[in-house]
Amino acid sequence: MTDFLNSGFRKTDLNSDANMEQNVETTVLGADEIIINMGPQHPSTHGVLRVKLKLDGEKVVDSECIIGYLHRGVEKIAEHRTYQQFAPYVDRMDYVAAVSNGLGYCEAIEKLLGVEAPPRARVIRTILTELQRIASHLVWLGTHALDIGALTPIFYCFREREEILKIFEKYCGARLTTHAFRIGGLQYEAYDELEKDTERFCNDFEHKVDEYETLLTSNRIWLGRTKGIGVISGEQAIAIGATGPVIRASGIQWDIRKAAPYAAYDQYKFDIPTGKNGDTYDRYMVRMEEMRQSTRICLQAIQNIPTGPIMARVGKVLKPPPGEVYHAIEAPKGELGYYVVSDGTTQPYRVRIRPPSFVNLQAFDTMVKGHLVADVVAIIGTLDIVLGEVDR
Amino acid sequence: MRREETPPPAVCRNRGKMPNDPEDKQPPVNAQGEKPANEQADKPTGAPVAPAVQPPVAKPVAPPTPPKPAAPATAPGAPVGAAMPGAPAGAATLPKPPAPPKEAPPKPEPVDNPLVQRFKKRFGAGILEAWQDRKQAILVVDRAHLVEIARFTRDDEQFNFLADLTAVDWPKREKRFDVVLNLYSFPKNERLRLKVWAADGEPVPTVSHVWPTANWLEREAYDMFGIVFEGHPNLTRILLPDGWQGFPLRKDYDILTQDTAWIRENLGIESGQ
Repeated sequence: MTDFLNSGFRKTDLNSDANMEQNVETTVLGADEIIINMGPQHPSTHGVLRVKLKLDGEKVVDSECIIGYLHRGVEKIAEHRTYQQFAPYVDRMDYVAAVSNGLGYCEAIEKLLGVEAPPRARVIRTILTELQRIASHLVWLGTHALDIGALTPIFYCFREREEILKIFEKYCGARLTTHAFRIGGLQYEAYDELEKDTERFCNDFEHKVDEYETLLTSNRIWLGRTKGIGVISGEQAIAIGATGPVIRASGIQWDIRKAAPYAAYDQYKFDIPTGKNGDTYDRYMVRMEEMRQSTRICLQAIQNIPTGPIMARVGKVLKPPPGEVYHAIEAPKGELGYYVVSDGTTQPYRVRIRPPSFVNLQAFDTMVKGHLVADVVAIIGTLDIVLGEVDR
Repeated sequence: MRREETPPPAVCRNRGKMPNDPEDKQPPVNAQGEKPANEQADKPTGAPVAPAVQPPVAKPVAPPTPPKPAAPATAPGAPVGAAMPGAPAGAATLPKPPAPPKEAPPKPEPVDNPLVQRFKKRFGAGILEAWQDRKQAILVVDRAHLVEIARFTRDDEQFNFLADLTAVDWPKREKRFDVVLNLYSFPKNERLRLKVWAADGEPVPTVSHVWPTANWLEREAYDMFGIVFEGHPNLTRILLPDGWQGFPLRKDYDILTQDTAWIRENLGIESGQ
């Protein structure tokens, strides 16, 4: 290990593409060792992730993630927009869970302003966010299974996801980057059949999850490819900062929806699924159960949507009093935090986004050591990263 | 930048220049005054105090009750003639407005709960300030003691989870950077924010061996602000390419200058932006 660290593989000046060749030459390798480069254009890296792998035969000895290919400077953009103008940008970070991003941002600014969205808005937000969690997990399930070699689930997953996107489209006209929420509440009143559509979807969906499970849960190939792969213990997960399903699969029962309820989560009953072994299979099981719990929340929420206004009294020009706030929500991928500093003007002085994918990806190195090359793909998939969010 | 030129901006705000600002909308009376404002549009800073002052200036003709420096220039203002003196008057008021919000960090209420007392008892002068903002506790700690305070926070106070590490740039301040650590405690279900003040070029001790998650987060803070974390195992750029010039999230980072320089150097022409 220490030899490897001194070998130049991690040296600052050897990070760039230009030095890749030289890098390989100056690294001292064992008899069977090679360094290979995976990505940034690779179908299984879920975007533009580049991984440098040091292999001993087929075994991964060490790895390094190289990110930033999709960096757009979102935090800098925020400093040059008003609070409202920046809201659509957050949808483009984790673009498979845009609604969750928007919820976190709107609530952070509301906290900064000292206002609270009205109850009706909070419940509708909760419904849409939980549907988005299901949609996000469906994309993860489909692509993760596809990476490992199960071709079927992706078609099923995208079929159900389509139903959710239709609900979004009916609600606000957009399917992916929805900009569904506004600071202070909602812009649009819920459409007439929102409850009915959600109910129909949720009732069907419970069986659909069982259907996915018949394809995978006790499938021998699936078990072989996921059990004991990418293990991370609870302590390691805390140390590395992992959140969301990753930390729950390692046995830590922690969910911000319970720990510090936001939106309307304090009104609903749901469980936090956890795993024991912290391997890829447990993370799969945790996410499957989370989808069921999300339908449970949605079904409770539509029973009783309060009437009343959907927008709090906030001005057209937002000037939060000087100060700062950190607000975190449980996004489908983990803790999504917004640290916003106001200087009393119409534009944020600083917006820091704590992306769950970025921090979870740090666990990759711990997880991948000692596994085979083929498992690299499984481990990238199980972390459920979205590069738009990693690089921002 | 272009967008501000179409609607009539009554005044240039210090950073914002929002066309839909009610204060800006107020004086349509001020129509003459717009020409200077329009010319000023390129100069980004202006007085946020000014819009509140100008309307009273416009209605009672000559003697304005609150005689701010800009008032005499605009009040007798012949439409075109005022344009010229209007601009320097606006420029003269420039340095004032940004000062109050930025110089002093917002301290809604100092806090002195048992947690803070424990920290103060243990580290004394190592804890510089403690306050609470939107019910979130903030401790400013001494840069030199950061690592021991971090260890104490993690082990004794059980803040075992570093949710986020980032920085904020306050270029007007003597110590321009806030390094901000957002901590969470699983056993206590509490959050705490530690802050360290650092001047440009002053190294901040790394906490990556206290909370391993700080590894990438510190690299990002280095990448975006140029804050050097002393003792970090691999302090390199993480999101930007290695050869990148400058640190984008600093307030004085100017993309236009860089762009012009690049075009001049590589294409041999003036960019004309």
